[in-house]
Amino acid sequence: MWKRDEAVRPTTGTTTPPAGAPSGTTAGQRSDVDVRTQIERDMVNIGKSVVIKGELNGSEDLTIEGHVEGKIELKEHVLTIGPNGRIKAQVFAKAVIVLGEVTGNVTASEKVDIRDNGSVDGDIIAPRVAIAEGAHFRGSVDMQRKGGTVSARPAVTENKGDGKVAAAAPMPAQAAATAPRANA
Amino acid sequence: MSGSGTSRSLTDLFSRFGARRVEEAEKAAEPAPEQDLVFPTKALRKFLSCLTARESPVLLDLGPVVGSNVSFFGEQLGCKIIVEDLYADVERHLRRDALDTLPEFFGKRFPQDDGTVDGILCWDVLDYLDREAAQVLASQLTRLLRPDGALLGFFGTAQTRELHYTKYVVVDDTNLRHRPYPATRGRQGILLNREIIRMFEGLRVSDSFLLKMNLREILFRKPGPA
Repeated sequence: MWKRDEAVRPTTGTTTPPAGAPSGTTAGQRSDVDVRTQIERDMVNIGKSVVIKGELNGSEDLTIEGHVEGKIELKEHVLTIGPNGRIKAQVFAKAVIVLGEVTGNVTASEKVDIRDNGSVDGDIIAPRVAIAEGAHFRGSVDMQRKGGTVSARPAVTENKGDGKVAAAAPMPAQAAATAPRANA
Repeated sequence: MSGSGTSRSLTDLFSRFGARRVEEAEKAAEPAPEQDLVFPTKALRKFLSCLTARESPVLLDLGPVVGSNVSFFGEQLGCKIIVEDLYADVERHLRRDALDTLPEFFGKRFPQDDGTVDGILCWDVLDYLDREAAQVLASQLTRLLRPDGALLGFFGTAQTRELHYTKYVVVDDTNLRHRPYPATRGRQGILLNREIIRMFEGLRVSDSFLLKMNLREILFRKPGPA
């Protein structure tokens, strides 16, 4: 009985074979690999040795491992600054994930995520900002909200002592260009 | 014979239970690892109420960036947060052996206009500075603060030899988590109350609390227009 159950157990979803799996892979595992390959093929990557100076516009997700100076605009897409990426630019995107270094202002309509060892020197405008423990950040954070005011939010003085304050719904940030911070 | 044997074994049994109880009590009494201490704060709530009295308040945080603090002040309270890690400045000057230039550096450190900040989280940075640098910094912070604005500062009340800075993580409006991280130089003496008050000339002490953590927390307010 137990053996029969083992025999019908699906092979996908629970384990993922390592890259370059042996020839004994099942059809499900092969399709996983195919999907991953397809995703990797669709993901645009600016390699380590690439240096771009100027304006970068796009309508697909982008990963930058090289150097970019100027302006980056991916308003409906995700921009990932890889661990080797070095950016000196104003950035506008739907979401920005930083694992490398960014010098310049970052505006995202959804989220800015500075991961461990990621670094941002500049002002961030985004409704959600996540900064990991080992990340570096210097600048200001502005999480815009509905109507640009915070009058609807409950004041802390109204808090009943449970230490929780209700959060107002954030609104997508407007891609207002701000001048780069003056370096003190 | 057998009776004494029984009593001996019972004594052994009780003593074992007793010992275990003592061990358990000792374990319970052990302080939490220093890495992750939560301590109550009385001034933070008042500081927050000063901030939330304004629309879109501007908050200046003088400590290292803490992701959860950014979420707390930015997402929950709607603050615009300016992070200026002065502990990193102190470290950088120490490494360059240029501590004597810190007062001049602090004099030009903040590009913001006068009276443009609603709240300042000063934490305990003044404890790590020499008097001259501390005075220049205090004057700059007083300049930046808007009338009716608030400044929250922590000041050590006991001299320690520990070489660490502290990240203050807001747990809620009455508790802070304190997370030490390495420093090249420890606290530089203890500031007396009157010295602190004199340093922040132009601000008035709204509240002052002595904490169990060998810290005094002081909430300063800048007097509003008459």
